[in-house]
Amino acid sequence: MLESGATLGPVEVAYETYGTLNADKSNAIYVCHALTGDAHAAGHHGDPARRGWWDTMIGPGKPVDTDRFFVICSNLLGGCQGTTGPGSVDPATGRGYGLGFPLYTVRDLVSVHRALVAHFGITRLAGAIGGSLGGMQVLQWVIDQPNEMAAAVVVASSSRLSAQNIAFSAVAREAIMRDPDFQNGDYYDTGRAPDTGLTIARMMAHITYLSEASMREKFGRRLQHGEEPRFAFDVDFQVESYLQHQGESFLKRFDANTYLYMTRVMDYFDAFADPVAAGANLEKSDTRFLLISFDSDWRFDTEHSREIVRHLQSWRVPVTFREIESPWGHDSFLLEIPEYDRTVAAFLERTATDLGI
Amino acid sequence: MKSRDTATLRAMSLRPDLDVVAAMVPRGSRVLDLGCGDGALLDHLIHQKGCDGTGVEISDEGFHACVARGVPVMVADIDRGLADVEDGAFDVVILSQTLQATHRPALVLQEMMRVGRVGIVSFPNFGHWRLRWSLAAKGRMPVSRSLPYRWYDTPNIHLCTIRDFESLMGAEDLTTIRRVLLDAKGSPASGVTLRRPNLLGAGAVYLVGRDRS
Repeated sequence: MLESGATLGPVEVAYETYGTLNADKSNAIYVCHALTGDAHAAGHHGDPARRGWWDTMIGPGKPVDTDRFFVICSNLLGGCQGTTGPGSVDPATGRGYGLGFPLYTVRDLVSVHRALVAHFGITRLAGAIGGSLGGMQVLQWVIDQPNEMAAAVVVASSSRLSAQNIAFSAVAREAIMRDPDFQNGDYYDTGRAPDTGLTIARMMAHITYLSEASMREKFGRRLQHGEEPRFAFDVDFQVESYLQHQGESFLKRFDANTYLYMTRVMDYFDAFADPVAAGANLEKSDTRFLLISFDSDWRFDTEHSREIVRHLQSWRVPVTFREIESPWGHDSFLLEIPEYDRTVAAFLERTATDLGI
Repeated sequence: MKSRDTATLRAMSLRPDLDVVAAMVPRGSRVLDLGCGDGALLDHLIHQKGCDGTGVEISDEGFHACVARGVPVMVADIDRGLADVEDGAFDVVILSQTLQATHRPALVLQEMMRVGRVGIVSFPNFGHWRLRWSLAAKGRMPVSRSLPYRWYDTPNIHLCTIRDFESLMGAEDLTTIRRVLLDAKGSPASGVTLRRPNLLGAGAVYLVGRDRS
């Protein structure tokens, strides 16, 4: 049963775990992935070219230390990397759900996480951690279940999108839905898919993940071929080539319908829409928060984090907050930045000490 | 009972002037400590007096010391105001040995009273006779136990005397609810110091309220 009242099921969940669950099941940390992530957060399954998306953060001796913690990461509901989503077969029709897949919310994402946690027999997490959409899940989790984790780490995230954020989402969706191959989302068995739209959506989103300074440093106005501009419409600048590569490699791993659903999940998210209900729960909370933002992130700038800090503090929730200097924009949360890693590591180490793990 | 032993040790090791500050904080209050340093005071208030506490600190060392202790802390420059904090969000706002290191002491005091119901301010008294003597007799900027820095490496850029501070409070419409004078060790002073505070007090701790008149 989803928040909207629609029902869905059975739901399959793809997940990975790292480290060992201790005897009293008190050392679990849930990793919530962002818009285009998957369950493969760490390690490389024997292929060093396929490292997990947060391999800098999770592993033995790393900030989320798998020598100490048992780490769970699952592909989100509505995803396209193993968990039931719009590309899965609808048992009612025997065909892919497409746009027949019900709309869902961040709260629904958390419900699925909680079912997986229960599956492990875990009643209380040591913590949960996520960046961007991942941070939204962590925040919603504590608002709804104020006594289910000791530590909550919310990185480069937001309690609700701004008009600018929604505008970017809207253009991305338009690119997909206006692609002639979109076929109203029912493209799975047609041999065609809205690849052009999805590529454009990804290219544009990628611009919002970087900062102007990092693009200047990475590409400047450098040309792809030689010294002289070709004065043509095909790819000439290096930045064009980079975006095209990002867009095209994205096609191999992502489904356009999932992109539509996930961006919509973010648009509708508003953690403190009902501040009284949220507050009534948060007042009872025994979770400690760590919030981190990055100074060059303009997708979810520091003001988004400050707003969360103010809300949490007004309900006496202990919050540690820090803006980290980094030139890499929103993408920073996925990168190895010493001060960032050090802060997460220290916060989780303290959590482990308090829990006696 | 290991945790209780640790807590006792914490309480015992609190610096004397911080003990004076802590004694002014009512049990169970919501406390904001501006310039909280390594978080020792907040640690004490959270664990010994059941307070909800958050620190504000600008240095990396201070921030990480707080995180390591499990004391909630935000990195911010209090000279730029407390944009992260809502009006009246705290019961008590502490400026312990911090005011003299700020660029804009008057603004910091205003922000303190905006976000808290009462404030606690402690600072070294630059009117203390030893400092006056050092300047008058040796002609050198004084270095003492409470002011251990030399003029060129000191974070203390806005030193003041007890009389100076009280005059600033008047200008900012703040009142003294309680004042404790400190001796050179940072413990509450007694005897003759109480009669000549600006000359004999090495420092002072003020419990500050808003002037209602």
